[in-house]
Amino acid sequence: MNRIYLDYNATTPVDPAVLDAMLPFFSADFGNASSIHTFGQRARSAVETAREQVAALLNARPQEIIFSSGGTESDNHAIFGVANAATASTKHVITSSIEHEAVLNTCQALEKQCIAVTYLPVNRDGLVELDDLRNALRPDTVLITVMHANNELGTIQPLSEIGRIAADADIYFHTDAVQSVGKIPVDVKSLQLDLLSLSGHKLYAPKGIGAIFIKGGARVRQFLYGGHHQRGFRPGTENVAGIVGLGKAAELARISLDSDARRISILRDKLERGLLSSIPDSRANAAGASRTPNTSNIIFPGIEGEALIIALDLKGLACSTGAACSSGAVEPSHVLIAIGLTASEARASIRFSLGRHTTAADIDAALEIIPAAVAQLRQLSPSYKKEAAARS
Amino acid sequence: MQLQLDSLPAAIAEVQPGLVAVAMSGGVDSSTVAAVLLQQGRPIVGLTMQLWNQRRLSELPGEGPAQHRCCSLDDVHDAKRVAQRLNFPHYVVNFEDQFEQRVVRPFVEQYLAGRTPIACTNCNTDVKFEPLLLRARQIGAERLATGHYARIRRNEQTGRYELLRARDDSKDQSYFLWGLTQEQLSRSEFPLGELTKDEVRALAREVNLPVAEKPESMELCFVPNGNYVQFINAYSREVGKPISHAQGDIVAEDGTVLGHHTGVHNYTIGQRKGLGFATGKPVYVLAIDPEKNRIIVGQDDSLRTTSFEIENVNWISIAEPAVPMRAEVKIRHKHDPAPATVEALPVNCARITFDSPQRAITPGQAAAIYSGAVVLAGGWIK
Repeated sequence: MNRIYLDYNATTPVDPAVLDAMLPFFSADFGNASSIHTFGQRARSAVETAREQVAALLNARPQEIIFSSGGTESDNHAIFGVANAATASTKHVITSSIEHEAVLNTCQALEKQCIAVTYLPVNRDGLVELDDLRNALRPDTVLITVMHANNELGTIQPLSEIGRIAADADIYFHTDAVQSVGKIPVDVKSLQLDLLSLSGHKLYAPKGIGAIFIKGGARVRQFLYGGHHQRGFRPGTENVAGIVGLGKAAELARISLDSDARRISILRDKLERGLLSSIPDSRANAAGASRTPNTSNIIFPGIEGEALIIALDLKGLACSTGAACSSGAVEPSHVLIAIGLTASEARASIRFSLGRHTTAADIDAALEIIPAAVAQLRQLSPSYKKEAAARS
Repeated sequence: MQLQLDSLPAAIAEVQPGLVAVAMSGGVDSSTVAAVLLQQGRPIVGLTMQLWNQRRLSELPGEGPAQHRCCSLDDVHDAKRVAQRLNFPHYVVNFEDQFEQRVVRPFVEQYLAGRTPIACTNCNTDVKFEPLLLRARQIGAERLATGHYARIRRNEQTGRYELLRARDDSKDQSYFLWGLTQEQLSRSEFPLGELTKDEVRALAREVNLPVAEKPESMELCFVPNGNYVQFINAYSREVGKPISHAQGDIVAEDGTVLGHHTGVHNYTIGQRKGLGFATGKPVYVLAIDPEKNRIIVGQDDSLRTTSFEIENVNWISIAEPAVPMRAEVKIRHKHDPAPATVEALPVNCARITFDSPQRAITPGQAAAIYSGAVVLAGGWIK
């Protein structure tokens, strides 16, 4: 049976070419990359090739790439690593209010260590205002961490401007680029980044593999302690197959990024325009901002997001109310609240995220299924009928 | 992308007529409902309600056996395992807000007002058969099936849906369901109403349900270890209204002070143990007076009364009768229905007069009015 998957921001399928590249490293080439013998050397060589592939995608040097278990570890490593390496008697970190929990909760943990944190507000389009950032700078600010693309809205933060401010003030600059790497160009040099986190499973590599870029010379305390792997800086026997997959995925992304982005943004725009024109009172969130080409977040007033997600899944269409982690949660998305939505508007918002395998036929089918499901839900929504009656 | 995944439950491409939502707690009863409906060849979708955040009131004990805590991840996991085993779609739906507003808060307020509430009835009327039934319909289901032991039938002559006791009298839960409206009954199914508990377990084993041997939960789902006093204290603290100055007098019927109590919510009518003082004869709680912060105690004889009124009465299987009628009335879950005369009073009230006095008629509990197996009506004891 056919299902339509419009939840690529939650995770992506492993690309067949990535899977092919990985498979030998589960069996024939199973060696430990730290071993001296030929088995180990084959694994080592594959790991270092992958490091070069990831570095090439980011315009970084291979030795600036450390493999990790994923985006969450990379974010923790970057934020704790910079904050704890700084020697000042008081320390301050600046982040935004719409970060992923991997950053937000890490910053909250810093606060428990008596490190001050400023959570920058965002405007209606989900963008950090540069004046707010400038005003937040303090003499003891040690780190600015602002995400590249938002997972729920797709909004792209002005990282080059933020990078310039950070460089001028001589403050470390980290970005959670989990939602941008592979979707839009990411150049650590032109963005003046000191640290960057990425995750494999958002770009057609498997889950459980990620990487952190740390600019040469940056003072970052290590996060895990153990053996000598990855120069002892991130110990633990390398996940060779995962690393190979991430490398291959990075290579594929570098080659096909432009054409993918063009094709996907046309489909996304078609979906968004189609939904907005066929569903009364619907509106797109953060549509005024520059967004990743694959993401659309739409409010359907009068519906409960939870009900629509289930109704659509029963009809074979997968999408999401926001961060995958917040499903089942009562609290409305902190991102949607931060851009000024009410709790009920936030609960009525749905995220559609497209990807490499989304077809025009998928979008045509979605444009049939979604308006019908919204109409059915509104029929059973006491509050929407009341509001509609009040308007007419 | 057209994902070709054989192991996924089939998507319901069109609005499938007859789709039934099954309310699944993760226990053996509601899991068996799913199996029974599937055997009948009916399309189903499982829904498990998330009603309470286990991270709240963390000072309460009872992290232990998960089956004694509602909405534990284990119960949700059990429901999901059943859905995977039988291969039908399953979702968790969140009603934490509704559950707190309509069940937990009133439960606490009633106890503090000297009454003895039944949270399960509120949960049925105000959560399961209201927001859950609505959510079921929103996702495309026409009806809601639950694991209640009770029966529904349509009376072709009156056109009304009637609520009946379960065939297995020892499992009957009709007492908790008197609040259902005709609309709710018309969209509800109780597939276990014709089965005994043993038959249900046998069925569960037959289809290899992973929860077939799961022990039954008898306690209030949100109160760990059945210790409702601790729960009320902890909840009141959490919502910023800690219970203070709770102590008061325990008095005899003539007002003589016999001892002291530790807060009216610690007592229920008919209670004998734990009063904290000794007299020659056994004494029982006769009444709770929250205004004067007193517990009134006396002999067993004084507990027995004949007549009382109920409010918020819901007439189910018949229209409200114009003249007094004979019926049997059940005044708590473990009470055998006793013969009585029932007279409807304005507005949505009724007076019940038992043929012989009944013990411990308790404000806050419900009275269900039966004629044989049929639930005629129910209401809250004033």
